[in-house]
Amino acid sequence: MKIGRALGLLVGIIVLVAILFSAYALLIVSHPGDEHAAQPQSAGTPSDFADKGAVARGEYLARAADCVACHTVPGGAAFAGGVAFKLPFGTIYSPNITADKDTGIGDWSDDDFVRAMHAGVDKDGRPLYPAFPYTSYTALSRDDILAIKAYLFSLPTVHSPARANDLSFPYNQRWTVSLWNALFLNKQRFQPEEGKPEAWNRGAYLATALGHCGECHTPRNAAFAMNANEALAGEEQQGWKAYNITSDKEHGVGQWSDQELADYLSKGHAAGRGTASGPMSEVVANSLQYLTPSDVSALVTYLRGVKPQSNGIAASPNAPSEVGLASANAKAGLGEQLFVGACSGCHLDNGQGRETDYAALTGTRAVRDPHATNAVQIILHGSQWQLGNRRIYMPSFGNAYSDVEIAALSNYVVSHFGGQQGTLSASEVANRR
Amino acid sequence: MLSLLVNGQSYSVDAPDDMPLLWVLRDIIGLTGTKFGCGMAQCGACTVHLDGQSVRSCVMPASGAVGKKITTIEGIGATEIGKRVQQAWLGIEVAQCGYCQTGQIMSATALLAQKPTPSDADIDIAMSGNLCRCGTYVRIRAAIKQAATGQATLPQTIA
Amino acid sequence: MTSPHDDVDLESPSRRELLKRGGLVVAFMWLGGASRIWGMNSSEPIDESHPLFSPNAFVRIGSDGSVHLVMPNVEMGQGVYTAQATLLAEELDIGLDQIAVEHAPPNRKLYINPLLGEQATGGSTTVRYCWTSLRDAGAAARDMLVNAAAQRWKVDASQCTVTRGVVTHAPSGRTLRYGELAEAAAKVTPPAKAPLKDPKDFQLIGKPLRRVDTPGKVDGSLLFGMDVRVPGMKIATVRACPTFGGRLASVDDTRALSIPGVVKVVKIDNAVAVIAEHFWAAKQGLEALDIHWDPGVNASFTTEQMFADLANASEHGKPIVAKEVGHPDDVKGKVISATYQLPLLAHAPMEPINTLVHVRPDSCEIWVGSQVVARCADVAAKVTGLPPESITVHNQYIGGAFGRRLFEESVGQAVAFAKQVDYPVKIVWTREEDIAQDCYRPAYYDRISATLDDNGKPLAWIDRTTGASVLASFAPVAMGKDGLDPDLVECAADLPYAIPNLRSEWVRHDFPVGMKVGWWRGVGPTHNVFVVESFVDELAHAAGKDPVAYRREMLSDDPRFRGVLDLATQKAGWGQGTSAARQGRGIALAAPFGSYLCVIVDVEVSPQGEIRLTRAVAAVDCGTVINPNTVEAQIQGGLVFGWSAALYSGITLKQGAVEQRNFNDYRVLRLNQTPPIEVHIVPSKEQPGGIGETGTVMAMPALTNAIFAATGVRIRQLPIDTSALVQDKNALKEVLSATSPVGDALEAGELS
Repeated sequence: MKIGRALGLLVGIIVLVAILFSAYALLIVSHPGDEHAAQPQSAGTPSDFADKGAVARGEYLARAADCVACHTVPGGAAFAGGVAFKLPFGTIYSPNITADKDTGIGDWSDDDFVRAMHAGVDKDGRPLYPAFPYTSYTALSRDDILAIKAYLFSLPTVHSPARANDLSFPYNQRWTVSLWNALFLNKQRFQPEEGKPEAWNRGAYLATALGHCGECHTPRNAAFAMNANEALAGEEQQGWKAYNITSDKEHGVGQWSDQELADYLSKGHAAGRGTASGPMSEVVANSLQYLTPSDVSALVTYLRGVKPQSNGIAASPNAPSEVGLASANAKAGLGEQLFVGACSGCHLDNGQGRETDYAALTGTRAVRDPHATNAVQIILHGSQWQLGNRRIYMPSFGNAYSDVEIAALSNYVVSHFGGQQGTLSASEVANRR
Repeated sequence: MLSLLVNGQSYSVDAPDDMPLLWVLRDIIGLTGTKFGCGMAQCGACTVHLDGQSVRSCVMPASGAVGKKITTIEGIGATEIGKRVQQAWLGIEVAQCGYCQTGQIMSATALLAQKPTPSDADIDIAMSGNLCRCGTYVRIRAAIKQAATGQATLPQTIA
Repeated sequence: MTSPHDDVDLESPSRRELLKRGGLVVAFMWLGGASRIWGMNSSEPIDESHPLFSPNAFVRIGSDGSVHLVMPNVEMGQGVYTAQATLLAEELDIGLDQIAVEHAPPNRKLYINPLLGEQATGGSTTVRYCWTSLRDAGAAARDMLVNAAAQRWKVDASQCTVTRGVVTHAPSGRTLRYGELAEAAAKVTPPAKAPLKDPKDFQLIGKPLRRVDTPGKVDGSLLFGMDVRVPGMKIATVRACPTFGGRLASVDDTRALSIPGVVKVVKIDNAVAVIAEHFWAAKQGLEALDIHWDPGVNASFTTEQMFADLANASEHGKPIVAKEVGHPDDVKGKVISATYQLPLLAHAPMEPINTLVHVRPDSCEIWVGSQVVARCADVAAKVTGLPPESITVHNQYIGGAFGRRLFEESVGQAVAFAKQVDYPVKIVWTREEDIAQDCYRPAYYDRISATLDDNGKPLAWIDRTTGASVLASFAPVAMGKDGLDPDLVECAADLPYAIPNLRSEWVRHDFPVGMKVGWWRGVGPTHNVFVVESFVDELAHAAGKDPVAYRREMLSDDPRFRGVLDLATQKAGWGQGTSAARQGRGIALAAPFGSYLCVIVDVEVSPQGEIRLTRAVAAVDCGTVINPNTVEAQIQGGLVFGWSAALYSGITLKQGAVEQRNFNDYRVLRLNQTPPIEVHIVPSKEQPGGIGETGTVMAMPALTNAIFAATGVRIRQLPIDTSALVQDKNALKEVLSATSPVGDALEAGELS
């Protein structure tokens, strides 16, 4: 049978290509790229750190890279790992990156550590899962990576054995990651863009290499790799929307003033724009609030120049005022009934917030999202983080409020404060718990 | 030092900026009519007015009240509306244990200042953030209406 | 109308007394509670600062004319200061506006509550036992004052009258004020028994008098325990081991002590407190502590385990029979049976737990709002090792208790902390601590069955409740000889219905050591009336009969049941009009605490299962009414309290610790969820019944019976799981409009 033979041939070719590709992928998996690239000016720490040692610089860089977010369990020992990442195909746990020799990275050489960051492989050359953002860290300078290592090695060691990952087949086959790497990992060090101001380049280094903003904010393709053409255009992960932060005026942050952007990054709140919560509040709490004003300014400069994308929620304020207060004589719906009971003490029935600006709802994208993605998360789980000595806090309502109630409340919030038609049903809320 | 204006009197208090107004009032200034119930703006027992608007003083940093007129239950009777509300409260005997009532009265007074003749829906919006475990809600609603209209719809207590 | 002390001569209470007096009361009577009120016989001045005329423990009259009435039972919202003052003032012939009230000090001899055998406020007993005793006290004082005047004027006392504290001799037109007579009255021989007024002459009793405590509650001047301040006082807040029975292993207070305002960190066996200049510093200090607990034996205890244990005990445990009539096991017919499950409940009053204590080398002074002030003194003596006479307790107004302040363990804890410092310290629990360290209303697991005749009427009834006894931990010696805690079967053993064969029994199942249980508003009746009245509704449904008609057919011969049933159904318009789909009306009938109530609740249930109460009508026969305003208030408030629990409240356990923290996850009803509530009083000249807890008792079954009427779903487990009320699965896929109402509610706030 001709067709049969042709088909057989095709399969054979595919198998052969696959074998060759696999061999190639495995061969290059531990290759870290150019390890002799000179440290660009955009890398390193701000001039404030000029006379500080490697440990202090490393601390600053580790914060800018937000290592702690993934490597520290809330309330647990710093960098001892164990944080769970629930993925569609199972759960993986972050490793201990303290200098403990048995369970941490105490016996890793400088080269081991650099290779991990640049190539995404462990000391033994085994591929790490790309929940570890080596696709971003690969752009870091060797000096910066070693400063981070110096900092980590300056801290108390913690004996904390790794928790075994719980992944289904074929995701539990680590070698398959090498295939993914061969396709999606570009082991390139950061290259400043000629002709751009230094602040822009510094911002780019902070945003793309250290801060790895794109890991959350850049849409991913079918293979879960960041789609470079849509950088920072917004993505949904772990039940939260990381919003479009391109310079698009409608859908991104193009309308935000420099001050608003800087406030949001450094304090987690910009008046009339929004308050960080969920994963973004962790980024502010663990990382961004520690950046120097020059670095915050550099990030702002960079974000201003990000190619506009029109994905996501339109930010055009269709005047919350026209939404107005609840009509005085209408019978209250369930959502309003709940809001004026449990929520308006802080948010006020006009959504302006009172005791703290952080409680303002009007103008935020969270209330303009008809799916109320982030609003539902915040209502279910609350929000709690630390800005300096200040505790930013909202209680959680998930335990005592039904799916029906949370759906109605969320729809009320987006309609009342965002002028949107909420689309939530109780069963959708159930799925987001 | 924070400079606070409470019920028309100025106080200079030595308190951290983030200390909630509630505790400055109760533990430093000594005005204990404002109550602690939950500490997270879920119950309204701590309601006071800042420039006439009700706030939950348990989550309001005292520093945020600097430069504003703070009115507490101890001072609300000096306002015309506050006095009317207190009289209506006694007229139909709203209070039971009374612990939440100072906050209820502050919320009710702020409502009437904004809406002199509130509808049931207005009362729902303004008052549902104030919890009462004794369950005086039916009378709270009636007392607000009585304070608003001056007309008694329920039997009045004999003083 | 009343014989002297007929409510307090409690020689040998029978099981029959359960209905009349309440299980809690009977339990304490078994303890051998006092047979009379002692304060009546005491003329000794309690306090030297109190002047001149103190004929008994309740009345104090100074030469300046001041009249102080001493309140044996504490005010926590239920209106007893006004009721007690009214009873005294009525016979004393003085206006409530002319008197001041004060809290009684701990003194069992003077202030024992004979119904509870303890100086205690609870079980809706105050008016029941004070009804005659306080009027006697007032009448005796009046008698002495009048005699003093008569002696001075050298006239016959019978020619003197009293109005508002002024004695008048009409024939001569002479008058003397009480203040002018106080000194002389103190020398008058007390009467053996002063006559009481004919009820038709009552000036105060039965009138809606303004409460004596509310002026200070609307201007913020009234002090609760939380508000007391003394010179040199510091403020502390506490964390006890969240796992019941656990211990404090270690605590690192380095960071806490660095917080400005934090003074000291003190420890006891199972808790740690941060003492500071103000609460905010104390709370921040507490959060900065690095605490390690030794969770102990309950480390893996869960709610699921608790109910599995209860179910097992119900099946295999040995029941204590509280009442058996006829042969309930031998009756043949159609058998209906059901299992009901009630959760642990926290009290969550608005005022969190607090105690101000000053321990000195030779004395201990305490300011606390307590339902058991004498027990507070006991625990302080025990913890400090000081002699009882060196303990002073100043009772305070309580910002809601609902049973919480019957337990003095928090006072013991406060004293244990305070004795480690030499200044006064006010221990204030956070709301989180208040909920996590309550004395919880026990969970219950009840199996109930009935055998019906051909008309669906019950021939036999067997009700087996399983749960923990609060009394067993509170006063073990008060347990009945056969081990019965009558609280467990109150309103289960004695029903409003005539059923020829009946057994009411209890399987005792205690909770793990370290878990504190407590009485909660409505005590036994709140639990049993829910089960009984729900099950009667089930039987009516099985018989295909209207719930009211069915109840009417089997009512006992006590006419007071029929009275409230008739009044409530008439006022509510039972059986009139038609209700729309998913709207329903439910009823409950019972006689808790010596009062008779019928409550009717209207609800509507959305297709998604959300419940909205739209109206409630209550009829009450509580005997002679002292203050109708208070009766209405207590029933309205009691209903709200009960509905809160039925709809939302339930304490759950994980790893031996309470999961709820604050009002965000221990929900209670809010104003905009509360329906109009009408209260109708049946005129009566009977002895006063209790009122403070009755609304709560009725709330749950009336609500769940209404939900059954609206949806056909029988709620046998509290709090109500609204997911069981979903019309069909597609309803959950509907987008929930933000503006459309849950249902077609009556206009909120519509009062009759």
